[in-house]
Amino acid sequence: MAKILAVDDSASMRQMVSFTLKGAGHDVVEASDGTEALEIAKKHEVDLVLSDVNMPKMNGIELVKNLRQLPTYKFTPILMLTTESAGDKKMEGKSAGATGWIVKPFNPDQLLSTIKKVLG
Amino acid sequence: MSAVEEEQIDDQDIDSSDINPQEQVDTEQYLTFIMADEEYGVDILAVQEIRGWESATPVPNSPAHIKGVINLRGTIVPIMDLRQRFGLPAIEYGDETVVVVLKVKLGRAQRVMGIIVDAISDVYDVPAEQVKSTGLGDNVNARFIRGLVSVNKGMVILLELEKLLTLED
Amino acid sequence: MSIDLSQFHQVFFEESYEGLDTMESGLLAMDIGQPDSEVINDIFRAAHSIKGGSGTFGFSQVADFTHVVETLLDEVRSGDRAITQTSLDLLLSSVDCIRGLLEQLQAGDDPDLSQAKSLKAEFEAVLAGQEPSGATQSTESDSASSTSESVETAGDQSAPPPSQDNVGEGNGNEGNGNEGDGNEGDGGGSHGWKIYFCPEAELLQSGNEPTRMFRQLSELCDGQFFVKAVTNKLPTVSAMNPEYCYLAWHIELRSAVDRADVDEVFEWVVDSAEIIIEPLALASTSTDPIASQPASETASEPSSTQPSVQANTPAAAIEPSKASANETSEESAKEPSKETAKANKSTAQESSSIRVSIDKVDSLINMVGELVITQSMLGQLGRDFDISRVQRLQEGLAQLEHNTRELQESVMKIRMMPISFVFSRFPRLVRDVSRTLSKKIELVMAGENTELDKTVMEKIGDPLVHLIRNSIDHGIEKPDVRASKGKPETGKVHLNAYHQSGNIVIEIKDDGAGLNTEKILQKAKQKGLVPEDAQLSKEQIFDLIFHAGFSTADQVSDLSGRGVGMDVVRSNIAALNGSIEVTSETDKGTRFVIRLPLTLAILDGQLVRVGEQIFIFPLVSIVESIQSDDQAINNVGGYSDVLKLRDEYVPILQLSKAFNIPTTQKNLQDQIICVVEADGEKSGVVVDELLGQQQVVIKSLEENYRKVEGISGATILGDGTVALIIDISGLAKMSGVSLKHLDSAHKAA
Repeated sequence: MAKILAVDDSASMRQMVSFTLKGAGHDVVEASDGTEALEIAKKHEVDLVLSDVNMPKMNGIELVKNLRQLPTYKFTPILMLTTESAGDKKMEGKSAGATGWIVKPFNPDQLLSTIKKVLG
Repeated sequence: MSAVEEEQIDDQDIDSSDINPQEQVDTEQYLTFIMADEEYGVDILAVQEIRGWESATPVPNSPAHIKGVINLRGTIVPIMDLRQRFGLPAIEYGDETVVVVLKVKLGRAQRVMGIIVDAISDVYDVPAEQVKSTGLGDNVNARFIRGLVSVNKGMVILLELEKLLTLED
Repeated sequence: MSIDLSQFHQVFFEESYEGLDTMESGLLAMDIGQPDSEVINDIFRAAHSIKGGSGTFGFSQVADFTHVVETLLDEVRSGDRAITQTSLDLLLSSVDCIRGLLEQLQAGDDPDLSQAKSLKAEFEAVLAGQEPSGATQSTESDSASSTSESVETAGDQSAPPPSQDNVGEGNGNEGNGNEGDGNEGDGGGSHGWKIYFCPEAELLQSGNEPTRMFRQLSELCDGQFFVKAVTNKLPTVSAMNPEYCYLAWHIELRSAVDRADVDEVFEWVVDSAEIIIEPLALASTSTDPIASQPASETASEPSSTQPSVQANTPAAAIEPSKASANETSEESAKEPSKETAKANKSTAQESSSIRVSIDKVDSLINMVGELVITQSMLGQLGRDFDISRVQRLQEGLAQLEHNTRELQESVMKIRMMPISFVFSRFPRLVRDVSRTLSKKIELVMAGENTELDKTVMEKIGDPLVHLIRNSIDHGIEKPDVRASKGKPETGKVHLNAYHQSGNIVIEIKDDGAGLNTEKILQKAKQKGLVPEDAQLSKEQIFDLIFHAGFSTADQVSDLSGRGVGMDVVRSNIAALNGSIEVTSETDKGTRFVIRLPLTLAILDGQLVRVGEQIFIFPLVSIVESIQSDDQAINNVGGYSDVLKLRDEYVPILQLSKAFNIPTTQKNLQDQIICVVEADGEKSGVVVDELLGQQQVVIKSLEENYRKVEGISGATILGDGTVALIIDISGLAKMSGVSLKHLDSAHKAA
């Protein structure tokens, strides 16, 4: 199945996301902030990035911008995990180059059905 | 050819056990040992290991039947002299003297303890229904006894380990 | 697929408590005039994570409350609101409130929401503009509108299970499509939908892929999906950028599909595409509608179609396919998440865990690697060993010893955590207590990164709280008093931690009034702790404050006099095999020094022999060891023997008697007396011989046996035998030896 990079500074969210994806047969790599995620993304070529927005060191928006600079990640789906239901926050992610978003709180099933939208 | 026969026999066994409820009765395995010419049995699932007697470090102000504690691969394990526990005459520990290390669940905890016995005897399958009560209602040792069972010609005293290992004086 | 979310609860609670600590320390450090934006960001992020996590894991009460906290913080963060003392206090109270809610939830209780409710009302009042913002451009109406919005969302979140709609919340209305009759469209959708989808050229670079969207649509309508590409925007091959999307599509879904489901497919691209969604008219389904599109759109410039289709992946080529995967996810998506949250309340608690940094684990793995190499080397040596290789054997064994020691140290380090975990609560404590007492106090902390064992850490918290309260309460004077003494009005309490020769040392130092020796001595005499005519050194007098029963009643205040005296502090520290001492100077201040072992698993021990047995004394409790001689020992008043140690009398107890050990030594003379100290009282323990000192690993005796008076545990010596570790304080108690007995004995004599 797909190789997915899960980025969140909250360990519980990360574990939940990772557990859910692994349960669905995906290969998951985790990172706890944007800087770490960028490093991992350079090392492993992943098929999908799920990233929190508010994180220390490098936030999710910056991460997307940085990822899109990399040739490998020009077209890779990147979904933001956001609690902002307001439109402008979502759009901030979109204009940075994110593919879409998942609004927190979400449950494992919602996560799986959403990522199906972007996995080939 | 012979393999086929064996299979058939197996089938028959299974069939008969389905039919005959007596075959399904729980049997328990007991390890037995000798102490003062009596044979005692303990549930084999509780036996962690059997080892030779080695001197233990005495623990201050302990009952006489607690001989002390030993190092069992890094765990501190108390050793109980079962003869003394039962009020039997003490004997010198010798080459035959063995320590049966028992592991018993007590409530939520697990307790490991060694008991000193004269010598190991045998392992028996005992169907639960064959275990008889002692009829020793008020004997002090009766609380340690789960029941009696006759094996071959002799009588084996089955021990109630949970009681034995709770250390009440 | 159903996942039990409760398995993540423990982690969620732990990280939330950490987040609350971050919030608290950040808020306490906040300079109202010049808030540090980094700190505000940290605080905001912590609140944000707690909100997100509690929503996800089914704790909607916490999410609901945290939302207003977050809203306020967000306004501060974005510069729309200046932070004031009122909001700072409110935020601090909310930290406590959230912590309380989480603790109740963790314990499996229904949380008490009364505090949250009243705080929430206060937040809403502040947010509604009762406290005008500092930023000029942020008008009343601005903050008011954001409030009403936040209330709405908060209400949303208290609705129990997050529904599927949450994910696909974005609706087509935001799109620039002209579908004014969108609502009525639902009815029209009974026959299906006609969609025009014309993305911006850069669509692919956001990771959105028309092919996947078409597949989704196809799944929605069960394969009744028809698509036709519009190619009139295709440039010439030379002008074509293969990363751009030049196509548009006409799509028809020829079965009843919810408009919301269709919108969801386009949710992420509404702003980067022209999308027109119209109900499919019955008539148009009868013939091939796609073919009825103007021919120019499909047929023009066919030569350039090829490369463009390749670049985009051939979206138009998608075959209507039977979709099966969708069913399963829809079924399970409806599972209420609240149920799981409730069912697992009871299991989440109990287990405590520690977080270990990857570095520590990596270093462990390295060491185990080395150990394996050493082991295989020794194994090989053992297989064909002859005497000529003794040298190599010795080297191998030395290496093994080295590996083992390193491994032991590293394993111990896993349990080590920075003492900041304890220190972090003190700024709040000092702030609150000094306010109550109207004193001005500055807390200066150092060495927060000093590491110590987790268990030690958990047990040292309360004694430290007591000592710090004590310094604030009794040590530091009120501002006017300080001024009259020529000291700065603001008193200082220093809290410092550092490592010193295998111990961790914690110092609590204040620049207050100092201990009043006269008063202490007077009190001690009054209480009968020391004889009326006693001549005590300054140190001995200071030491009296640690004695049981020395709670100086007129000193008891609301704060420190909470039933815990210094004697409890000392015995708690002694229980950790540590020690505490105090020095003080009038009007200069008081300094407590606590020494603790780095870990509870290992003890520096003094091996002693009694009869044929070996016991271990904690080295920290040994004051000195002396060869007894006739002159020094007296038998007093029928009590026990006492040893005259310089100007002190020390009761003597014989280990052989206390433990019923046969010993060859008959006379007290010629024996060794270990003078030990426990609970602030000295006693002399008679042993036959002093053996070596060594570090011993503490093993539990209770695990398989039971608690034995006078024994704190056991250990395994180098030869594999078991030796028992003496509990000095317990030993003194069981032997009935104490200073009080000594006093009466002394008086009797």
